[in-house]
Amino acid sequence: MLKLITSLSIAALVSLTVLGSAQASEGAIELKSGNFKHGGLFGTYDRAAAQRGLQVYREVCAGCHGLKRVAFRTLMDLGFSEDEVKAIAASYEFTDGPDKDGEMFQRPGKPFDKFPSPFANENAARASNGGALPPDLSLIAKARHDGDDYIYSVLTGFEDAPAGFEVPEGKHYNAYFPGHNIAMPPPLSDDSVEYSDGTKATLDQEAHDVSVFLTWAAEPKMEQRKQTGLKVILFLLVLAGIFYAVKRKVWSDIH
Amino acid sequence: MSFEPKNSAVKWVEHRLPIIGMLHHALYEYPTPKNLSYWWTFGSLAGVMLVVQIVTGVVLAMHYTPHVSMAFDSVEHIMRDVNYGWLLRYMHANGASMFFIVVYLHIFRGLYYGSYKAPRELLWWLGLVIFLLMMATAFMGYVLPWGQMSFWGATVITNLFSAIPVVGEHIVTWLWGGFSVGNPTLNRFFSLHYLLPFIIAGVVILHIWSLHTNGSNNPTGLDVKDKQDTIPFHPYYTVKDLFGLAIFLIFFSVFLFYAPNYLGHPDNYTPANPLVTPAHIVPEWYFLPFYAILRAVPDKLGGVTLMFGAIAVLFALPWLDKSRIRSARFRPVYKMIFWIFVLDCVALTYLGSKPPEGMYIYYGRIATAYYFIHMLILLPLVGLLETPKPLPASISEDVLSKKPVAQEAGNA
Repeated sequence: MLKLITSLSIAALVSLTVLGSAQASEGAIELKSGNFKHGGLFGTYDRAAAQRGLQVYREVCAGCHGLKRVAFRTLMDLGFSEDEVKAIAASYEFTDGPDKDGEMFQRPGKPFDKFPSPFANENAARASNGGALPPDLSLIAKARHDGDDYIYSVLTGFEDAPAGFEVPEGKHYNAYFPGHNIAMPPPLSDDSVEYSDGTKATLDQEAHDVSVFLTWAAEPKMEQRKQTGLKVILFLLVLAGIFYAVKRKVWSDIH
Repeated sequence: MSFEPKNSAVKWVEHRLPIIGMLHHALYEYPTPKNLSYWWTFGSLAGVMLVVQIVTGVVLAMHYTPHVSMAFDSVEHIMRDVNYGWLLRYMHANGASMFFIVVYLHIFRGLYYGSYKAPRELLWWLGLVIFLLMMATAFMGYVLPWGQMSFWGATVITNLFSAIPVVGEHIVTWLWGGFSVGNPTLNRFFSLHYLLPFIIAGVVILHIWSLHTNGSNNPTGLDVKDKQDTIPFHPYYTVKDLFGLAIFLIFFSVFLFYAPNYLGHPDNYTPANPLVTPAHIVPEWYFLPFYAILRAVPDKLGGVTLMFGAIAVLFALPWLDKSRIRSARFRPVYKMIFWIFVLDCVALTYLGSKPPEGMYIYYGRIATAYYFIHMLILLPLVGLLETPKPLPASISEDVLSKKPVAQEAGNA
């Protein structure tokens, strides 16, 4: 038994290292760590940072990037009250209908609505952005390796191109973007937003906060998942102990 | 110890359909060698994983929409809006990996202890059929979320059939239901992904039937001689398997709850886009060894042939291995080449994940060549030339002879 567990653990470790190194080398560029509180076994989303991140998204990113899979009602997970959520939703206009006369009409957003996208369609988005398509951000944190660090690194990674590096017209040099030529101009700088909670809005802080918010947007059930996991694993440990004791008892007349 | 019902209702049923007696025979009395190690737990774990996949899959199908413009959204709907949808989907996605982990260990156990040898050749074949069906099911299941890797994985793998001379292109069009991977492809993959697990369940029944006909192999590889060698399946192996299951579920839970996307690929969280090819198209980890073999040959048809050959050769294994001794415990040379073969498979997995450039191509070719050298040359030769260790007289004798040694080791 012990031998089996040891050999399986070694095998698991080796294969995880193999897989991990295989995946890590794909990205090639080493990312900066955002020092997030939502990592690890017990990590939870930093509510204050996520709320500030929402502000950064709404005031800056939302100009070009959609968040179409996130419903306003889910913002209550981040500590917003029902009234605050209603107010956020109502600040957007939605086309609804048809009404009983067959006409479409405008109405303020409701908590069940999802964030509206800034462009009507892909072509409109490209036309306004020099041919590049600003991706929807709902899943961006899961659609990149180490998505939270990736968002943080890219947002703080704009710098002058090294000597000899050719940056094409309409592109910008970014130390962390694959290929380094990114169509997005540097979106954030110091004081891009004014935080209502008094936090100093440095570039670093804004990038950190919006990374927390977007990580939550991509994986809103993370906290429930980790909490459930803890209970399940504790239960299974006890169960395994009981089965082991019963197994010893049952097998005692064989040995 | 045969089944004699006392309850009159059970008697009534048993007289008309002796199903309870059959189950009693298969799960209770089934005489099992008394020396099975925990390596024998993976068979029942594979059965559990099949059930987990079917149950979670049936519920997921209630919320999923197989349409190119809605599939991705419906998966996100499951993740965000369906009660415990995230749990179901992560369980199903990681469950596929767990199923393969368990089945790979089960297969390697069979290789180590010679479980494929007479009279268990058909049992081995049925297991390989299950493995092939699993691969088809897993591949089509990975297409269903309709992310970038779903789409491009489907494109690459279906295109393999275009390597078939003359009719290849027609077959690919027929598989796609059109001139590219599209809505008809997604629909038929969903249909087949739902169907195949039940076919797997059917083959599992044949697999167990065949197993119970000649009984389980065991770590000595010796045939059961008399009643001294066996114990009834229940309660001895039911409880041993339950303990193994609890430990395995802890391993499963670590991935499920703490690293649910570790075994997946981030690209699949981007909706499928036929106009944008991902930088690296990589299959799921459980296909990587075969992917490495496929890419080892510079010729498409050659690569496809070799890839399918890697599995086909397993069907011939009972006749390629010339040794009449089953267990590697008594085969010092085979034991050595077995572990080198395991390393070779790990190497192929690693190389399959790497882009086919530079030295990786050559390493991939060496590892591929070794895979076939092991199967086609070393295995027959070692079987003929090796001097085995002396065999114990029976399973019981082997268990008794090891007893004091085991205790000493425990005390030390």
